[in-house]
Amino acid sequence: MARAITDPLLSRPVPAFDPLAAFFWESGADDQLRILRCGGCGLYIHPPSHPCPQCFSTELAPTVVSGDCTVATCTVNVQQWVAGQQPYSIAIVELDEQQGLRLTSNVVGCDPNEVHIGQRVRVSFIHRNNIYYPVFVHAGGDDR
Amino acid sequence: MTRFEHDSFISGIGQSTIGRRLGLSAIELTTQSCLAAIADAGLTAADIDGLSTYPGGDAAATAGYGGPPPATVQDALRLSLNWYQGSAELPGQLGSLVAAAMAISAGLCRHVLVYRTVTESSAQGAQGRGAVLPSAASEVSGLNYWTAPFGAVSAVNWLAPLATRYFHEFGATREQLGAVAVTQRRYAQHNPRAPLQTPLTLDDYLAARMISTPLCLLDCDLPVDGSTAFVLSHAACARDRPNPPVFIDAVGTAMRGRPSWDQYDDLTSMAAGGAAAHLWERSSLWPDDVDAAQLYDGFSILVLVWLEALGFCTRGGAAEFAASGELSAGGRLPTNTFGGQLSAGRLHGFGHLHEACTQIRGAAGARQLTPAPKVVAVANGGGPIAGCVLLAAEPVP
Repeated sequence: MARAITDPLLSRPVPAFDPLAAFFWESGADDQLRILRCGGCGLYIHPPSHPCPQCFSTELAPTVVSGDCTVATCTVNVQQWVAGQQPYSIAIVELDEQQGLRLTSNVVGCDPNEVHIGQRVRVSFIHRNNIYYPVFVHAGGDDR
Repeated sequence: MTRFEHDSFISGIGQSTIGRRLGLSAIELTTQSCLAAIADAGLTAADIDGLSTYPGGDAAATAGYGGPPPATVQDALRLSLNWYQGSAELPGQLGSLVAAAMAISAGLCRHVLVYRTVTESSAQGAQGRGAVLPSAASEVSGLNYWTAPFGAVSAVNWLAPLATRYFHEFGATREQLGAVAVTQRRYAQHNPRAPLQTPLTLDDYLAARMISTPLCLLDCDLPVDGSTAFVLSHAACARDRPNPPVFIDAVGTAMRGRPSWDQYDDLTSMAAGGAAAHLWERSSLWPDDVDAAQLYDGFSILVLVWLEALGFCTRGGAAEFAASGELSAGGRLPTNTFGGQLSAGRLHGFGHLHEACTQIRGAAGARQLTPAPKVVAVANGGGPIAGCVLLAAEPVP
C-alpha cells in the first residue's frame, strides 16, 4: 500500500527514547499506526500514559488503528527555522476511532496550502533517523 | 468570600532598561528593576523578606528565556528571606505573583519582590528565534516531544492552528486580526519604552511576511532584553506607601482541560476559558465593571481568545470587536495600552501587569486613559498555559 513519500522537511528532530512511547515510533515498520488502548474500557490513550485515565486499568496495549483521520486544524509553516526549508504543512488530525483523539503531524504529498479543516487524510510513514514518523496524505472523499 | 488576594497589595513597580540586544547581563537588568520597585514602594532591600519569580531554574540553559533564579537575585541584593520560589509549573507567569500573595496571606512574609527577566533578544542574536530551537536531528523530550518531530518547533506553530480553527469556526479574517497589531502600535507611539514606534497601517500588516499561516510577522511578539519587578506587601502597609496602592481583587488559576497544545478539547480557546471562569467565580465584580485590559499577546490571536474567555465579547465576537476599534483609547475596552508585546516587547506577561498598575495609578503619561481605570483585567499565557488577575484602585469587598 505504501508508496515512497518525499519528506518535505529538510530535517526532523528525533524523539528521545521513552519506554512507553517507543512502540509509536516503531509502529510504521509494518505500515500500521498503533495507539495505546485500554483493555478494560477500550479508551485510546494518547499521548501514551499509565494507567488508563478513565478506568485506571493497567491492561494497556498498543493497538492497530485504521489510520483514517480528519484534519481538525492546520498551519503552513513558512518561516525558515532551517535554512533553505520550503513551506510545509503542520496539521492536527483527529483519528476516526475516537472523538478528540488527535495527533500533531504533517500532511504531505500535496501543496501545503491546500490542506484544510475537514479534509480526509490517511496515515503513511516516513522512515528516517531509525524512526517511522507517521504522516498523512490526502485520502479523497468528502470533507467532514 | 474571604480571599487571600485581599491580604496583600502591589506597593511598588519597577522596570529596567528595555531594548533589543542590549548585551547586558540578566542580573544587571534584574537588579535595575528590583531596586526601582523597592524604591517605588518606599522600602529598602532590608525590608524585603520574600522573593518570587517565573520560571526560575537554570537560566543559562534557556537562551535568555529564564532570567536569574531566586538564589542569584537574593545573593546580588544580600536579601534575608523568609520565603522564596522560582517555578514554571504555575498558572502562567502571573503565577509567581499569585504564589507571593498566598505566602503573604499565610503569614510567611511581609514584602515580596516578584520579578521576571528576559534576555532573549541578546541570546538569539542576528539569527532570531531559529538560533535557539531544536536543531536538525537533535533529540527532543518533554514539551516538544510530540510536536518537534513534525517540524512544529516554535510556539507560533502551536498557536497558528488555534488561529486557523478560530478563523474557520467564526469567519474571522486577517483584516480583523490585524486590528490588534495596528491598534497596539498606536499605543506604543506614546510609550517611550516601546522598541517599535513607527506607524503601522493595516496595509503594512497585510504585506508582512508570513511566519505560520495565518499568523504573519506582525502577529508575533518582539523578543527583547528587559526586566520587570513588583513589590507585593501585606495589606496592613497600604496606607504608609509613597505611591498609590494597587489591589488584587481576584485571581484565576484553574486548568480545566488536558494540559496539552493538541489534545485540549476546545482548540479555539484552550486553557484561558477555565482560568477566566475561575476569576469570575472568585470576584464580586462583573466584566462590565472592567475599565481596561492588558491581555497576553505573545501572538495577536491570544488577545481575541482572552477577550472572549473573560466575557468581554461573545464567543466568536472578538475579531469584530477588535476591528471596530473597541480596543482603542476611546473604545469600550482599551486593551494593551502600552503597545503589548507586539510593539513594546516580550516581557512575558510582566509588561502587561506593569501597565495595569501604571494606568491605575494615573502615571502612564501620554497614553494615560482618562479617567484613570479603576479596574483592570490582566491575563497571561496561551494554549495550555493560562492565568489571570483583576487589579483595582480600591479594595473590592
